[in-house]
Amino acid sequence: MAKRIETVGLSCFYGKTKAVDDVSIAIEPKSVTAFIGPSGCGKSTFLRALNRMHEVIPGARIEGQVLLDDEDIYAPEIDAAAVRRTIGMVFQRPNPFPTMSIYDNVAAGLRLNGVRRRSDLDSAVERSLRGANLWEEVRSRLNKPGAGLSGGQQQRLCIARAIAVEPQVLLMDEPCSSLDPISTLAIEDLIFELKDRYTIVIVTHNMQQAARVSDITAFFTLRGPGEPGYLVESDTTQKIFTNPSEKRTEDYITGRFG
Amino acid sequence: MTADLYSHSSLRSRGLTSRTLPRTALAGVAVAAVAIASLLFAVTPLQGVADFIVFATALVVVAVTGLTLAVEGRRRAVDRLATSGALLALVLTLLPLGFTLGYTVYRGAKRFSADFLNHSMAGVGPLAPNGGVYHAIVGTLEQVLLASLIAVPLGLLVAIYVTEYGRNVFGTAIRFLVDVMTGIPSIVAGLFVLAFWVLALHKGFSGFAGSLALSILELPIVVRSAEEMIRLVPSSLREASYALGVPKWKTILRIVLPTAATGITTGVMLAIARVTGETAPVLLVVGNNNFIHTNPFNGPQASLPLFVFQGAGSSSKFDVDRAWAAALTLILIVVVLYVAARLLTRRNSLAGR
Repeated sequence: MAKRIETVGLSCFYGKTKAVDDVSIAIEPKSVTAFIGPSGCGKSTFLRALNRMHEVIPGARIEGQVLLDDEDIYAPEIDAAAVRRTIGMVFQRPNPFPTMSIYDNVAAGLRLNGVRRRSDLDSAVERSLRGANLWEEVRSRLNKPGAGLSGGQQQRLCIARAIAVEPQVLLMDEPCSSLDPISTLAIEDLIFELKDRYTIVIVTHNMQQAARVSDITAFFTLRGPGEPGYLVESDTTQKIFTNPSEKRTEDYITGRFG
Repeated sequence: MTADLYSHSSLRSRGLTSRTLPRTALAGVAVAAVAIASLLFAVTPLQGVADFIVFATALVVVAVTGLTLAVEGRRRAVDRLATSGALLALVLTLLPLGFTLGYTVYRGAKRFSADFLNHSMAGVGPLAPNGGVYHAIVGTLEQVLLASLIAVPLGLLVAIYVTEYGRNVFGTAIRFLVDVMTGIPSIVAGLFVLAFWVLALHKGFSGFAGSLALSILELPIVVRSAEEMIRLVPSSLREASYALGVPKWKTILRIVLPTAATGITTGVMLAIARVTGETAPVLLVVGNNNFIHTNPFNGPQASLPLFVFQGAGSSSKFDVDRAWAAALTLILIVVVLYVAARLLTRRNSLAGR
């Protein structure tokens, strides 16, 4: 069910500005891969290129290939919406739909993709909310607005919404950066459970988080201000945090930036 | 370290407390200022109600500010002065609204009744006290409804195009043209329909000709307000929808528009209210009719603004009374439409629950 992603010489652009330079990396299924690196190194841009969310921004484009189980998702006959259904995404700030109830938020992806049967929706909503560790907290108020939940609950609601459409891969763009430590712990526990079924890629600024949740860590950086970001190395998290091959990785991990 | 911070003598001497005027002192000074103003108006040649209000208000502001300056210091005095200024501006803004509404109710109430609402002017001469506006209400509602049926869907589609797809030269050109359209005087819109529809195409006077002119005026207001509201929808919601694999058109239809619905409804209602009171276009292309005429597509039709316009200019006091009552009717129709629309969108949005 979970799929493998591989990029081949992927570069990302905003208009004429190159944000990510020539990244080739393989992301294995049923594992958690963390992207770390300083601000502006292009890790979020790279993540968004993996499910064709990058091109939503006007003027944004890519060069190179992204392969999902050996299928090029940027091939002309590929439907971007179908790609995003297969590769879901959770954003930095929780963004539940404000006009919808908790139930409708979780059901939104299914409804908007044509699922009508009430029993199908009911079971998918419960399954997804249980999957996101939110069911017990909201089961009695599924008809209340999603925006009325706390920040951590909203983020788990967004994760439930993302897994409701049953994607193969889940991309998370700094999912805990606006949350307190307790909510962060809840999300990290959730990531640990989810990796049995999904391929998970998480961008984080928090190196302890990367060390805690990920199997593979990829370190991105940039050569200087205004320069595009690039991939320095990727390896098992164990190795990156104890014995990285590159000097720059070690400097970043140990707090000597550069 | 601490000594360095407070070495400046004026900072050291100033504690956290400051002298504060009790509320009663301020009220007393205000009352005294009004009393002085009354005294001056009694013994000097100064007179007139309006003059007194202006004079007394100015005196109260000066007295309160002066007292604050003397006791509490400059910052508080400036604060009081600015607060008074803002309050006065508010009152000045609301006065015309209050007087317009109040005077229309006062004058209109004389003839306003169920009888007035469900009778037409058929067979009623200018010197007869009876008659009503049923025919004009029918005309206005039909004309505005038809105009809105044209302008609202068109305007919404234009707004969606400009905000969601129009990031190019064509979109910019449309926005500019809509801005230009906002500035078209209503008489010009009426003249255009008169020349093009009524005369050149030989369609003749009709309620629908009026609707065409009104829709020209309504369209840019709908576009601009809908555009503003759609722009307010955070892009993170669109992205959340795209990330679920929802196509762009469905995202717009099911996420963007519902989120902006309350604001769009308000904008549409304001646009409708705005054209409901338009007189110039209906004067030019609808003609007038004292009889109930329900077919808007053929022949002259009455309408409320026109009814008010003609009644107000008449030498018969009965016509003038009827005009005031019709003006009141017009205001009530707009208020009812507005309240209904707000209730409708509130019921549909979750935020209110």
